[in-house]
Amino acid sequence: MDLQTLTYLFVGGSFALYIGIAIYMRAGSTKEFYIAGGGVHPLANGMATAADWMSAASFISLAGIISFMGSDGTGYLMGWTGGYVLLALLLAPYLRKFGKFTVPDFVGDRYYSSTARIVAVICVIFISFTYVAGQMRGVGIVFSRFLEVDVNTGVVIGMAVVFFYAVLGGMKGITYTQVAQYCVLIFAFTVPAVFLTYQITGHVLPQTGLGATLDSGQSVLATLDGLVTDLGFKEYTEGRKSTIDMFFITAALMCGTAGLPHVIVRFFTVPKVKDARTSAGWALLFIAILYTAVPAVAAMGRVNLINTVNGADGTGTSYTEMPAWFKNWENSGLIGWNDVNGDGKVQYANGKAFTGKGKPVFDGDNRGPNGERAVTNANTEAKPIGKAPFANEVYVDRDIMVLANPEIANLPNWVIALVAAGGVAAALSTAAGLLLVISTAVSHDLLKKTFAPNISEKQELLAARGAAVVAITIAGLFGIYPPGFVAQVVAFAFGLAAASFFPVILMGIFYKRMNKEGAIAGMSVGLAFTFSYIVYFKFIAPGDNNADHWLLGVSPEGIGTLGMIFNFVVALVVSSVTPPPPAEIQQIVEDIRVPRGAGTAHAH
Amino acid sequence: MSAEKAVSSDGGAQSRAQEYWKANLKIILSFLVVWFVVSYGCGILFIDQLNTIPFFGFKLGFWFAQQGSIFVFVGLIVAYAIRMNKLDEEFDVHE
Repeated sequence: MDLQTLTYLFVGGSFALYIGIAIYMRAGSTKEFYIAGGGVHPLANGMATAADWMSAASFISLAGIISFMGSDGTGYLMGWTGGYVLLALLLAPYLRKFGKFTVPDFVGDRYYSSTARIVAVICVIFISFTYVAGQMRGVGIVFSRFLEVDVNTGVVIGMAVVFFYAVLGGMKGITYTQVAQYCVLIFAFTVPAVFLTYQITGHVLPQTGLGATLDSGQSVLATLDGLVTDLGFKEYTEGRKSTIDMFFITAALMCGTAGLPHVIVRFFTVPKVKDARTSAGWALLFIAILYTAVPAVAAMGRVNLINTVNGADGTGTSYTEMPAWFKNWENSGLIGWNDVNGDGKVQYANGKAFTGKGKPVFDGDNRGPNGERAVTNANTEAKPIGKAPFANEVYVDRDIMVLANPEIANLPNWVIALVAAGGVAAALSTAAGLLLVISTAVSHDLLKKTFAPNISEKQELLAARGAAVVAITIAGLFGIYPPGFVAQVVAFAFGLAAASFFPVILMGIFYKRMNKEGAIAGMSVGLAFTFSYIVYFKFIAPGDNNADHWLLGVSPEGIGTLGMIFNFVVALVVSSVTPPPPAEIQQIVEDIRVPRGAGTAHAH
Repeated sequence: MSAEKAVSSDGGAQSRAQEYWKANLKIILSFLVVWFVVSYGCGILFIDQLNTIPFFGFKLGFWFAQQGSIFVFVGLIVAYAIRMNKLDEEFDVHE
């Protein structure tokens, strides 16, 4: 069967599965819509959390980020996994015991204030929307690359599928589709990773393959270090970022992960406090299967790329002899070539082959003298950097590392089709989780708990579904008309979560004396500081975005950690000069610290 | 509240709950020390020193940063769940 048919079959088959599950698992009450009725098995919740968590970015982009950043990409690996330790030890069991439906529920009740609740709702909606926009775009991109449909058509198809199972099934439907999506995505990631590792090292497990010794007698990583330094890059296994920046970035990602509402809410769906702890263990185990394979895919993908492009003798490969995948991905715009020295050979090294941001701007369908796609921003001044024997001539998008790996490694067509289904599963599962959090924030936190407390259960459920429809539509529009800032802002959702939710929830559990004045002041300061810092360096003065201008040498990616510290300090100072929380609130805190008597979550 | 009900048989309900909480905090703290040492310690602060040590084809610091810390994270959560289940039963606050 040809690739096109296989891809349609795999992606279509997985869609049918998701929709089938949603129809079977549709929600009949608000409790089912918000927390799947509270009876999800911890193992199933672990899988659902893993799929909820691993987005298009984890599946498609992470390996590429590590591949091109080497040791500097480490913060993402540790940050996006280490946060689960915080979640399991400090937040999940207590929030489960608290037994409500949403994160703003906890903030509003614990800090006995609808102002606090509304600030929390705004944070939830803002964080979730920036995040979801990237997912819809991801769905569209996978569709356009593998099925050759328009990106926008892809977004609309993705919207239709999510619409079906999120609106109909609510949390109950989403939970079990996420279980299925986890299975699809982990299989789709692991199979090519195993093939790749086996071809290069003879090992089956990517995790051990990364430490393997090659035929040359050198280890994979030592070989890679040698290859990249010869091309003018810094050693793969050595970092370039300052220690303080790495520290702050990792901390922002960790605390942000622990504070993301769509992840926290998954732990409300299990029956007991004990299950919340176990479930976090399962979740991280399922996530770790992918995350520990990523460094292997990253390093081996890079070795493969360098050897394929520069050839066995390291002088470059003539364009006409480049393998088909190089030209295919050039056609989709993820690869670009500018023959700087005019020898007709493709050469890869450090440096920019194209002016501006370094990405090729293609000149329509025009072709150059060797048949390559013509560009309008060739960098004719490109010079060799460091030890490199030639100037860099290629642009390689980081997403190539996962998307093109099966082709680079000559794997059968069904593996390529599988990767497409996996990418879509990763994007859809995360999108659905986020959309549910948004719709719940509107119907439950804003309507039921704040502005229209008298609506009936039926009306609330209807409102939840209505809000989901609106949220999907907006998310889809973001996917079709991506505002320039979305891609940049997605990564900062973590900093904002770290600076707002993480400290407020933590103090709510561990510091009985924390009152509403302290919490509101802390949340506002943390959020405002982090937001302004990011906006300043990303939009107002992007030219100053370098270590010389950063506060304490901390980049915007890591600033959420500083915002979090400010949140803690302000909250503690303000609470010490204002009255303590009422006795019944202190009693609630006592109560959530003890597991017994959790029951399932209830609305009032 | 349920916390008191759970331990009311031995009289000092409030103080039993306090003791349980203190024991829990101690466990959390010791686990977080390990969490900090493997990630921020081995993977960031002392990565350069550890990178001078070879480890199964890796530099040790790089291994901690890209794989080792993740394995330890999984182990920590599992160990915490097991330890807490025991503690819950010791203090008779399990569900």
